[in-house]
Amino acid sequence: MSDLWDGLSQAFWLVVMLDPDLVEITLRSLRVTLTALAIASAIALPLAALLAVRRFRLRRPTIAVLNALMGLPPVVVGLIVYVFLSRSGPLGVLGLLFTPSAMVIAQVIIIVPLVASIAHQSLRELWSDYHDLLISLNTTQGQRIRALLWDGRRALLTAALAGFGRAIGEVGAIMVVGGNIDHATRVLTTAIALETGKGEFAMALGLGFVLIGMAIAVNLSIHWIGHTERGGRW
Amino acid sequence: MQMFPLTVEQGVVRRRGKVLVGPVDLTLEGVGATIVVGPNGAGKTSFLKMLHGVVRLNGGSLTWACPRAEAEKRQAFVFQTPVMMRRSVVENIAYPLRLIGVSRKEARARAADWARRIDLGDALERPAVLLSGGERQKLALARALIREPEVLFLDEPCASLDGRATREIEEILTEAAQSGTRLIMSTHNMGQAQRLADEVILIIGGRIHEFTPAEDFFAGPQTPQGQAFLRGDIVE
Repeated sequence: MSDLWDGLSQAFWLVVMLDPDLVEITLRSLRVTLTALAIASAIALPLAALLAVRRFRLRRPTIAVLNALMGLPPVVVGLIVYVFLSRSGPLGVLGLLFTPSAMVIAQVIIIVPLVASIAHQSLRELWSDYHDLLISLNTTQGQRIRALLWDGRRALLTAALAGFGRAIGEVGAIMVVGGNIDHATRVLTTAIALETGKGEFAMALGLGFVLIGMAIAVNLSIHWIGHTERGGRW
Repeated sequence: MQMFPLTVEQGVVRRRGKVLVGPVDLTLEGVGATIVVGPNGAGKTSFLKMLHGVVRLNGGSLTWACPRAEAEKRQAFVFQTPVMMRRSVVENIAYPLRLIGVSRKEARARAADWARRIDLGDALERPAVLLSGGERQKLALARALIREPEVLFLDEPCASLDGRATREIEEILTEAAQSGTRLIMSTHNMGQAQRLADEVILIIGGRIHEFTPAEDFFAGPQTPQGQAFLRGDIVE
């Protein structure tokens, strides 16, 4: 129990004193995850809408695979990205291994299926609602996708937040491809793993509480910006 | 280019092996209001959707006097349960205009104009999903008419509406018909059929049993099914 209390007080002081190391790795955590989230959303949301409006032969298998990939083990994704980016790998010339870019790539792969699956669930319902009207109005496929993405934006925000939650708390993949290098690729989760390994439980807990607090703060602020809990049935 | 006559030859619509409509032979001319009547499940909705083109023919042919792509742009459909897009009232009405490239400002102005005509002038920015049943149906009607279609299909637009809402909708329809819009509408309300119809189509079991001018139909249908239907007997 005393470890928990020490952790809480340590977290308190870290935040109050704006510890430079803490600020640095927190900002890096945020930057990596938000970049990954932006890229993943740009891929996953249109994909989800396309899967909702378009009937093609491999549609059902695609959806099934996406759902299955939601449970992708991060450490395996990290390993595969590592192999691709390593000096002798096919993308080795880019020199991306052990950089924040490599971490972004791994996180994008992890959260695209999650965001796409959740987004598809809600867009599918919206489409069954809109289907007759949009067909009758003689819309093109692009117009249908745009209507779904715009009118379903609140549900899509939830999908994006789920992706954010998974990416910000992820440790296996970014540890493998980032390497947890101080002042280069160390983020909150890898720092926690390191401090725990060193037996510095108070410090690890302190970082952990900062991480939880940050995740909640980001969620609340996005909900607040998006007015998600207002406007009745929207 | 003229859209009419619309010709259907041996038109059939099936779903999961069950025949919903047809075979139907029909030629519709380009003026007036055609009212489609018939018992529940007779295939009125499928028949209208087939004419509109949102339900594909499984057999036979349907031809407008102009090319099909052209015809699709010049018609609109009001569904029995109106689809409310998750947007404001004015954005809902403006949407069909936005689709054909009208600027946002002009589309909103014309939509606001229509909203006033259907008594929703002070609810422009209200979410459409919060509207009442009658308001929804009026919104759907405005949204269908805003592109000034030459043909308007309506699938029981006044089902489950009260007298006042029904009268308001009929006024808009009469106005549209007077300005040259061709109406093709199904209804269960015989009074409404009598008020609006120029010609009547009676559908039972997916087939057309009568297709006659309204006066003739209400004076005395030719077929026994038509007579029974008009008497208010249960026809199956």
